[in-house]
Amino acid sequence: MFQYVLKRLFSAIPVLFGISLLLFFMLRMLPGDPAQVLAGQMASLEDIETIRQQLGLHRPVLVQYGLFLGRLVRFDLGRSARTQHPVIQEVWARLPNTILLAVTAIALACLFGIPAGILAAIRPYTWIDYLFTSMALFGISMPVFWLGLMLIILFSVILHWLPAGGTGSWKHLILPSLTLAAFVVAFITRMTRASMIEALSQDYTTTARSKGLKEEVVVIKHALKNAMIPIITVVGLQFGLLLGGAVLTETVFAWPGMGRLIVDSILARDYPVIQGAILIFGLLYILVNLGVDLLYAYLDPRIRYD
Amino acid sequence: MINPWRRFKKNKAALFGSILLLIYLVTALFAPLLYPGNPSAPNLAKALERPSIKEPLGKDELGRSILGRIIYGSRVSLLIAIGVVCVGLFIGVPLGLISGYYGGKVDFGIQRATDTLLAFPGFLLALALVAVLGVGLKNTIISVGISMIPIYIRLVRGCTLSVKEQTYVEAARALGTRDLTILFRHILPNVMAPITIQTSLGMGTAILFAAGLGFLGIGVQPPTPEWGAMLGSGRPYLFHAPHVATFPGMAIFFAVLGFNLSGDGLRDMLDPRFKS
Amino acid sequence: MKQEPLLSIKDLRTRFHTYEGVLTAVDGIHLGIYPGETLGVVGESGCGKSVTALSILRLLASPPAQIEGQILFDGNDLLRMSLDEIRRIRGNSISMIFQEPMTSLNPVLTIGEQIAEAIRLHQGLGREEAWEKAVDMLERVQIPSPRIRAREYPHKLSGGMRQRAIIAMALSCHPRLLLADEPTTALDVTVQAQIVDLMEHLKEEIRTSILLITHNLGLIAEMAKRVVVMYAGKIVEEAPVEDLFSEPLHPYTKGLLESIPWMGRKIKEGRKPLQEIPGMVPSLKEMPRGCRFHPRCLTARDRCRNEEPPLIVKHGRRVFCWLWT
Repeated sequence: MFQYVLKRLFSAIPVLFGISLLLFFMLRMLPGDPAQVLAGQMASLEDIETIRQQLGLHRPVLVQYGLFLGRLVRFDLGRSARTQHPVIQEVWARLPNTILLAVTAIALACLFGIPAGILAAIRPYTWIDYLFTSMALFGISMPVFWLGLMLIILFSVILHWLPAGGTGSWKHLILPSLTLAAFVVAFITRMTRASMIEALSQDYTTTARSKGLKEEVVVIKHALKNAMIPIITVVGLQFGLLLGGAVLTETVFAWPGMGRLIVDSILARDYPVIQGAILIFGLLYILVNLGVDLLYAYLDPRIRYD
Repeated sequence: MINPWRRFKKNKAALFGSILLLIYLVTALFAPLLYPGNPSAPNLAKALERPSIKEPLGKDELGRSILGRIIYGSRVSLLIAIGVVCVGLFIGVPLGLISGYYGGKVDFGIQRATDTLLAFPGFLLALALVAVLGVGLKNTIISVGISMIPIYIRLVRGCTLSVKEQTYVEAARALGTRDLTILFRHILPNVMAPITIQTSLGMGTAILFAAGLGFLGIGVQPPTPEWGAMLGSGRPYLFHAPHVATFPGMAIFFAVLGFNLSGDGLRDMLDPRFKS
Repeated sequence: MKQEPLLSIKDLRTRFHTYEGVLTAVDGIHLGIYPGETLGVVGESGCGKSVTALSILRLLASPPAQIEGQILFDGNDLLRMSLDEIRRIRGNSISMIFQEPMTSLNPVLTIGEQIAEAIRLHQGLGREEAWEKAVDMLERVQIPSPRIRAREYPHKLSGGMRQRAIIAMALSCHPRLLLADEPTTALDVTVQAQIVDLMEHLKEEIRTSILLITHNLGLIAEMAKRVVVMYAGKIVEEAPVEDLFSEPLHPYTKGLLESIPWMGRKIKEGRKPLQEIPGMVPSLKEMPRGCRFHPRCLTARDRCRNEEPPLIVKHGRRVFCWLWT
């Protein structure tokens, strides 16, 4: 397992490099002078020159990249062109909100999706299966932002039960996390169903039954334990995808997270923040994937004990 | 073996999906017939008018017919779907083939680049690209298309790798067949099935992503009627005129549903387990 | 041999309802196993022998599968029992082992746990005691360092070791009948011999009867006392093993025996090609009329093509063939 872990860690490195390259060139692909872009539209000529000197934008490209990497490693992402606060600060203020939303959404999705998938798998092609599978299909096809708006119409406008946006109480968390969860639950249900059907058709399931074990034991202790491995993988990946979906949901519900930060920054052409936010997102996603890989190695005895 | 088309037809869900798609296709092609006049012409006197018999879907914040804009919007969405998938196919498939077939350093390089692109959840990548390229229909197609490329590369590469190991490919090489011929005559046909499925699903995803960008205001720009953008502009009026946001969303939903159902149907149809 | 049979199968018919119609895998067979004996069931792939064993323990998913007939065990009809009652029998009085040791064990549970859970269930022992018994079973199947092995996961064991563990699992509650479905087919030849030895040894120790299902005639010759030959869902012949090999009655049995290459054959028969049975096993969708074997039988007559042959009893043997009327 140690080897496996090491391999995974190493394969993350080129990706990190790749991301840094992406960000580096992103800035330079924009029309105009990079220093001006970074300084923002309000900046004076002086400010622009200051930035140019500070970041070494007049130096040869390779040197620039080196300096850029150096700054990245120190988490120096510059200053927001809009607010002039350090980007890191802006990000740090928003990140916990997004994570809270994502974690709540994943928890809800698993709470519903995994049992639904199991039920669908043990009664395939019955009405239960069709019900859950259809719901899953609807969930995948639905635009996240539209669902959010519809939920607002229902629960805020018509029923007046829940607030339409912002933060403050746990009530504010319900609609956004439900919206996000609806998107993810579809994938989780499908994956659970497929994985369970696969496990239930394996020889070891027949063996378990032939020992006279009760069906619940066969399903949970024998089949589910095997099926969990790919399911967990999907859950982890979905967590990553949630970070992307969060952008839209946060906008709909005025949730003060990273997603909104990115959108506002794009609209305001605040490139330091865009850069920083993208970097953080990428890092998060890589971390989550790494975590999933490690979890996978831990759960599968074939990898753990090697 | 049951004829694969028969199996597709027996699959009611897939059939339903195809019918949906057909409806959209017809709507897009015959838009002017279905809604004569210019749907994008503002008429502020009638802004936010509720649905009525004359205007079944009501009017938006600029007094334009929502039904008309949805009908014309189908053209935009179809264009986006096809455009995005083309970008993904024409760049992703050859790269995947090369990566899988030649292996070695070329494969390594392409794979690392793909990994980098995949380090971002799809929508985020499209978002980032739009930030760089700018807004508008063309850039939307390019951005979403680029975010689709790595998926095709992975898919095609995986397929290529397994086909490459087949004995008939070895035999062809032993006969001295040129690489290009092998790629096109042996490997590509076997990759067609997963590509087709991915394309169907991908078109749905393309519409979703484009709508997302439109909703945020950084996708297709007004006055071009794009469903996501229509949703976005309807957002401030959620409390007083919910119809503005509701109907475009339904249009998106049914289109994506159609693509997903058809894609799933295709997947069942082409499932190798049934090839006996 | 007026002993009471341990298991008595009467007119077993197992059908599958599929998209392509109803397929009958086992079409009316009668069979009896006596205490302490090894009954061999021989036939090519697809003749219904595995389905028969699965039907005994009702391990076939019952919507597509439909089982009719009577299977008496201890005076009770297994096919009329409730699922709970059948579960008490599975792994307890009747056990089954399967063909693929590589996939028959659950990869995420330890070997010891997979053996112990049956013991806990059927013998009501606590965790510790059951574990001890599991380790004991592993020792009896001659797995070295059983205590250590019990804590390991299946992927660490070789094919032969896994099959031993599976045997340990099946015999842990001292069943009266063991259904062995191709127990050695997936193993290396040298390992096969070891497993055979082990099974015979344990059979004596635990005093269990074995229903040995295989297409391997050598294994039958080695282990079985009586043999039943199946073809296309029906039994075509039944005899004590020596009689079957020395004097096969049914043309199919003859064909099977003649198609085995034997040592010294080239010397005796020169370059004559191996005898094969012409044709192929009929598909379940298109069963021939009359005697199912007639399209491939060299001695087929008109009657064979139209009427199913009746049971002929000859010297305590059974055969279903018009030749013997």
